[in-house]
Amino acid sequence: MYDKGKIITGLVIFLAIFTYPLWSNMGKAAPVPKPELPPKSVATQCIADTQYMRTSHMTLLNTWRDDVVRMADRVYVSASGKSYNMSLTNTCLECHSDKVKFCDQCHNYLAVAPFCWDCHLVPKPKEKK
Amino acid sequence: MGVDRRKFLKLAGVSAALGLGGATGFQLLRPGALDAAERMPTPYQMVFPKEHGAAEIMPNPKRLQGRRWGMVVDMRKLTPASARAAIEACNYYHNVPQIPGKQNIKWIWTAPYVNVFPETENPWADPDIKNAQFIVMCNHCDNPPCVRVCPTKATFQREDGIVMMDMHRCIGCRFCMAGCPYGSRSFNFRDPRPFIKKEYPDYPTRTRGVVEKCNFCAERLAVGKLPACAEASGGAMVFGDVDDAGSELRQLLRKRYSIRRKPNLGTSPQVYYLV
Amino acid sequence: MLEKALSGSKLYWTWLIGLLIVIAAGFGAYLVQYNKGLMITGMSRDVSWGFYIAQFTFLVGVAASAVMLVLPYYLHHYKTFGRITILGEFLAISAVIMCSLFIVVDLGKPSRILNVMLHPTPNSVLFWDMVVLNGYLIINILAGWVTLEAERKNVPPPGWIKFVIYLSIPWAVSIHTVTAFLYAGLPGRGFWLTAIMAPRFLASAFAAGPAVLILLGYLVKKLTRFDPGREAFETLAKIVCYAIILHIFFFLLEVFTVAYSAIPSHTSHLAYLYFGLHGHNMLVPWVWTAMGCGITAIILLVNPRTRQNPIILPIACVLVFVCTWIDKGMAMIAGGFVPNPLHEITEYAPTVLELMITLGVYATGILVLTILYKVAIGVKQEEEAV
Repeated sequence: MYDKGKIITGLVIFLAIFTYPLWSNMGKAAPVPKPELPPKSVATQCIADTQYMRTSHMTLLNTWRDDVVRMADRVYVSASGKSYNMSLTNTCLECHSDKVKFCDQCHNYLAVAPFCWDCHLVPKPKEKK
Repeated sequence: MGVDRRKFLKLAGVSAALGLGGATGFQLLRPGALDAAERMPTPYQMVFPKEHGAAEIMPNPKRLQGRRWGMVVDMRKLTPASARAAIEACNYYHNVPQIPGKQNIKWIWTAPYVNVFPETENPWADPDIKNAQFIVMCNHCDNPPCVRVCPTKATFQREDGIVMMDMHRCIGCRFCMAGCPYGSRSFNFRDPRPFIKKEYPDYPTRTRGVVEKCNFCAERLAVGKLPACAEASGGAMVFGDVDDAGSELRQLLRKRYSIRRKPNLGTSPQVYYLV
Repeated sequence: MLEKALSGSKLYWTWLIGLLIVIAAGFGAYLVQYNKGLMITGMSRDVSWGFYIAQFTFLVGVAASAVMLVLPYYLHHYKTFGRITILGEFLAISAVIMCSLFIVVDLGKPSRILNVMLHPTPNSVLFWDMVVLNGYLIINILAGWVTLEAERKNVPPPGWIKFVIYLSIPWAVSIHTVTAFLYAGLPGRGFWLTAIMAPRFLASAFAAGPAVLILLGYLVKKLTRFDPGREAFETLAKIVCYAIILHIFFFLLEVFTVAYSAIPSHTSHLAYLYFGLHGHNMLVPWVWTAMGCGITAIILLVNPRTRQNPIILPIACVLVFVCTWIDKGMAMIAGGFVPNPLHEITEYAPTVLELMITLGVYATGILVLTILYKVAIGVKQEEEAV
C-alpha cells in the first residue's frame, strides 16, 4: 500500500490511545460496590421499591425537578399513601444521609459524576441512634 | 409482490406515526388523567403513567395561593436597619454568596433614589425621599423582557406572576441580564460556595455559569411562609396578592401614593414603593 | 478536492503549524476558563457581555458580506466577480465558524448548548440567531463546494444550486438583521434601542467584509499566481467606500438624535464613549481612533487616484477594518452597558486569558480559511492552466 510506514505507525498509535483504559487498569480489580442503606432508626421505607429506584432514580429526579421548578408541584404521594416533599437534599438525603457510603459507592465504581452535588447541598451523615 | 420501495416506506412511515400518536393519545386519555388536570399532564405523569409507586403528584396543600403576587415597600417605614435585616435574611435563606468586586451577586440591595428612579429627576423633591436608600430586587414584571429573550425558557413566568429561574436549564448566555431594564440579575462568574457566609442547608446553592435573581421566595410560599425579606423587614415590606382587591397590599396602594421603577417601559413591575 | 490542502510549500506548512500553536494556547486558556468559570474575563455584573460577543457581532457582519460578491454576479451577471465569489463564500464559512466558537466560549454552561435546540423558544431572538447562522453556514458550504467541484469537473453546476445561491442573498441580510435585533429590542438599553441598529450593522458589514476580501485578494495574488483582477479590486473598493460613508453617516444620525433630544438616559452612553463620564474614560482613545481611521479611509477611498493605488488601497482597507472593528465591537457593546440601568458606571477591559481565547478562536477561523482558500485557488489554477 502507499505510505505503508505512515499508515501503520498511525494505526499503532491510534490503537494504543484507544485501548488505554483497558491496559492502564490491567491487574487492578475494583471491588463490587456495596451501597449501605441508612440505619433503621433513621429510615425504613423509600419512596418507591428498590428495583425501580436502582434502574430509574435519575429519571425520577429529572421529572421531579421539572415538576417542582416549572410546574410548582412539590408533593409526591407514593403507592403506600405516604406524602413526600419532592427534594433531593431534604427528602432523599434526609434518609440516605451518608452520601459517601451510599450514593458514591455505585457512582465511583461506574465512573459516574453527576453534577447535582454542585448545587444541591449534602447534609451531614446521621449517626445510628 | 406489488409493493415497491416507495410505497413500502410510505406505509411504514404512516404506521409509525399512528403507533406513536396512538400511544401518546392513550396516555393522555387514560381514566383520571383529564379530570386530574385541566392543564397538560406533568412531565412526571407523561413519563411514568403507572409508576412503581406514585399515586399522585400535587402542589403542597399548605402553600400560599395568590392570583398575582406583588410587593409593596413602604419607604416611610423602611429604615437602614430593617433594610439590612431583609437583605441578610434573603442572602441567608438562599445561600447568596458575598463576592467582593464587580463580579458580585445581588438578589436584593439598597441604592439611592437617583439610581433607582433615574429618569424621574426632581431637584426639589422631599429630601426624605431624595436622600433615602431604596431597597431593590427583581420586580417580577407582568411583561418581563428577560423572559422574552431567554432562548431556552430557563427563565419563565409562572401563572401567579413570579418570574422563575430554572437553574438546570440555564446555559449562561446572559441575554436575560442584557434584557432586564432594572439590573436585577446576577451571573455566577465563579464557584459561589467559598463565598457563602453561612450555609442554609434546606436550599441549594448555584454553580458557576448560571444566572440568578430574587425568586419572591417561591420555595417558602410553597410551604405557607412569607418571603424572607418581607418577614424580616418589620412591616416595611408587604407581600401579597395584587389581584385580590381586599388584600393588605391593595389597601395600602389605595390609601397612599406609590411609584414604580421605569413604568414607561411597559414592563409593568410588581414592586410598588410608597413614598 | 481537500487533497489540494494536503500539499503545499514550506511557508504553507509553517503557517499552519503557527496557527495550530496559537490555537493550542487559546485552548489551554479556555480550559482554565472552563474550570474556573468566566471569572477570568473582565466581564462584570454590569457589563455582562464583553470581548467574545463583540467579536461575534463583528464577524457576523464579515460573514454577511459574501452577499456583496454573490448578488452582483448571480443576480446581475456582473462577470468581473465570477472568479472570486468562491473567496467570498469561503470567507463566510470561516466567519460563521468563528461566530459559533465565540458563542461557545462565552457561555456559562457550554455543555448545555443544545438546550437552545431541545427547548426551542420562537419569542427569543437568540433562537432565531442560532437558526439563521447555522442555515447560512450550510448554504455557503453547499453553494461554495458544489460550484467549485462542478468547475473542477468542467460541468455546469446542478440546477438546484441556483436556488441555494439565490436564497443566500436575503439570508445574508437576515443574519445580520437578526443579530442587530438581539440588541435593538431590549427596552432597558437606551443606546441600542434604535431602529437604525440593523442598517448600521449592515453598512459596517458591507464595509468591513469587502475590505477583508480586498486584503485577502492581495494576499492571494502575492502568494499564488491567482490574480482576482484589477477591475474586481476596483469594484470592491467602491463598495467599501460607499459602505463606510454610510456607516459614518448613520453614526452621525445617531449623534444628532441623541444630542438634540438631550435625553440624559440616551446621551450618557455616547458621552461615556466619546468624552468619558465622571472620570471613567477608558474607551475614549479607542473610539476617536476608530473615527479617525474611518474618516481617513473615506478620504482615501473617495479619491480615485488613491483608491486605485495598489499600495494605498490595502492601507485604506486596514483603516476600514480597524474603524468598524472598534466601533461595532467594543464600543457598541461597552457603550450599551455603561452606564448600567441604575446609572452606575463599571468599566470593562478584556483580560489576558480572554484575549488568548479570542486569538485562539481567530486562529481557528484563519486555519479554516487557509485550508478552504488553498482548495479554491488550487482548483482554479488547475482549471485555468488547461
